Amino acid sequence: MGDVKLMKGNEALAEAAIRSGCDAYFGYPITPQSEVLEYLARELPNRKNAAMKILQAESEVAAINMIYGAAGAGKRAMTTSSSPGISLMQEGLSYIASAELPCLLANINRGGPGLGTIQPAQGDYFQSTKGGGHGDYHLIVLAPSSVQEMADHVRLGFDLADKYRNPVMILSDGAVGQMMEKVEFPEQITNLQVDKPWATVGKPKSRERNIITSLHIDPHEMEAINLRLQEKYKVLKKNEVRYQTFMTDDAEYLIVAYGLAARISQKVVELLREQNVKAGLIRPITLFPFPSEIIKQVGSRVKGILDVEMNAGQMIEDVRLSIEGKTRVEFYGRMGGVIPTPEEIFEHFEKIFLKGESK
Amino acid sequence: MTDKSDVLVGDQILISEDVCRIENLVYEKPETLTDTVMHYCPGCGHGVAHRIIMEVVDEMDLQEDTIGVAPVGCSVFAYHYMNIDMQEAAHGRATAVATGIKRVLPDKFVFTYQGDGDLAAIGTAETIHSINRGENILIVFINNAVYGMTSGQMAPTTLEGMTSTTSPYGRDIKTMGHPLKIADMISILPGAHYVTRQAVNTPANVRKAKKAIQKSFEYQKLGKGTCFVEIVSNCPSNWKSTPVESNKFVVEKLIPFYPLGDIKVPKE
Repeated sequence: MGDVKLMKGNEALAEAAIRSGCDAYFGYPITPQSEVLEYLARELPNRKNAAMKILQAESEVAAINMIYGAAGAGKRAMTTSSSPGISLMQEGLSYIASAELPCLLANINRGGPGLGTIQPAQGDYFQSTKGGGHGDYHLIVLAPSSVQEMADHVRLGFDLADKYRNPVMILSDGAVGQMMEKVEFPEQITNLQVDKPWATVGKPKSRERNIITSLHIDPHEMEAINLRLQEKYKVLKKNEVRYQTFMTDDAEYLIVAYGLAARISQKVVELLREQNVKAGLIRPITLFPFPSEIIKQVGSRVKGILDVEMNAGQMIEDVRLSIEGKTRVEFYGRMGGVIPTPEEIFEHFEKIFLKGESK
Repeated sequence: MTDKSDVLVGDQILISEDVCRIENLVYEKPETLTDTVMHYCPGCGHGVAHRIIMEVVDEMDLQEDTIGVAPVGCSVFAYHYMNIDMQEAAHGRATAVATGIKRVLPDKFVFTYQGDGDLAAIGTAETIHSINRGENILIVFINNAVYGMTSGQMAPTTLEGMTSTTSPYGRDIKTMGHPLKIADMISILPGAHYVTRQAVNTPANVRKAKKAIQKSFEYQKLGKGTCFVEIVSNCPSNWKSTPVESNKFVVEKLIPFYPLGDIKVPKE
């Protein structure tokens, strides 16, 4: 049994990092995620059994490259940022994905584009799930919708990163980062043993030198690396899809939403059920790999799907691809840091599906 | 008339076959250099610079404890030649990568190897801040006043009036800015422990450059902070000159602007 605490999502993430055997955190302040570095700076000196090194980098560009170095040296490394900062990290992420370095980052998404606003949003879905940097690659993307999951996804994220030698992103938003909830923590990992024979730790006489690089001038060699990466993504799609369903067994209508939007949408399902409308919810927990099968399975037998996001409609493309045209897929979204209310979503649902009004 | 046992190079007698005996061997390839044939252009300083770093690693018996960070540019394949664990960094990010490595492996020796475009242009921020933090690493900075791999564009270190593909009529200070003396600039940072400018154009200078690298590894062992060894070098291909002419340019033009010697010496 671990400890139960009341804290912010960002703090839970930081605490979970300490307990998950994170060796290095390099980050740069940006609202709404600065509490992560602040919490670590405050807590670590008092935690004798945690060996984590932390550093406030001079920029997000430097931070992600410090992660590259530390992850390449075989350590559990982590950074966090928010939308504009994550954009700056894309160069490093492409290199990390190519060099297959396991590491964890969190994007506490805020409203954009540009400098935008510090309010919560989900406008970084495309950037997070479709690559973001140059080249053909994917991050494993986890989407927590509670403070508890902010903590849980840290350990899950590090484990997946190590297992697949792939960077993992926790894609959250300013609300989940800032809200306070009860959270239960697991025990501190004290003696983590992950075999990383490829790491650059100094070359003993007994082995060839280890080289960490993303450079492959020969196009055939580069294609072979790409094919290997694509094979890995296929395995991820087979083994690591995670989602949550809510009242989908008898559902005649389906809402698909992730993160904070899913939490709000659960209330919408309850409001609809009160009106005797059989609605259900699917919440993707992994945005990559995307839970296409369950959406197809449930979605194929419903009258309509409402995709709810805090953006202009990004995940809806994956929902539509999953459903293969078998039912109509509609959208409700708010942008720029505006959080939709359950009532607004309900009204939209009613208008589209129950009153048959056009959009 | 020469004796047929003499070895001729051009029209000069360099060595006699008589001396080519194992007991006369004074100079060997260090174990820390691989057998891979280097891709560098004839007369380029990179090969020598690689060699002296690896000689130091070899002589100080640090092969097991050294991690290098390779740059972007001509020397991007440094890891093909240096027989140690290495990480290749994105353009300009080498000192950030080195920071990450050194912070989690503080007992290892970490160095970066970077050119002028890498270190003094796109990576200026990373360079300055790593040094300002006093990261306990060695930064080897190869300054040949030009972007080599991308075939001769202007670098921050390109001299006034010097031609390049992007300054075809010569670098004009008014529109292109001044050549950047990065070593002088970073020497004022408290985190910089030892800052020196060397060259590899003559045997004597090669020995001095090697000594500077050796000192830097010794300082790193003592945890003193950042050591910065600038090596003024040449680029025969992009300077459109022969190896001999390019070394003449180093002596007549580059070194007068980038004078050799220690810029910051630690107080004993």
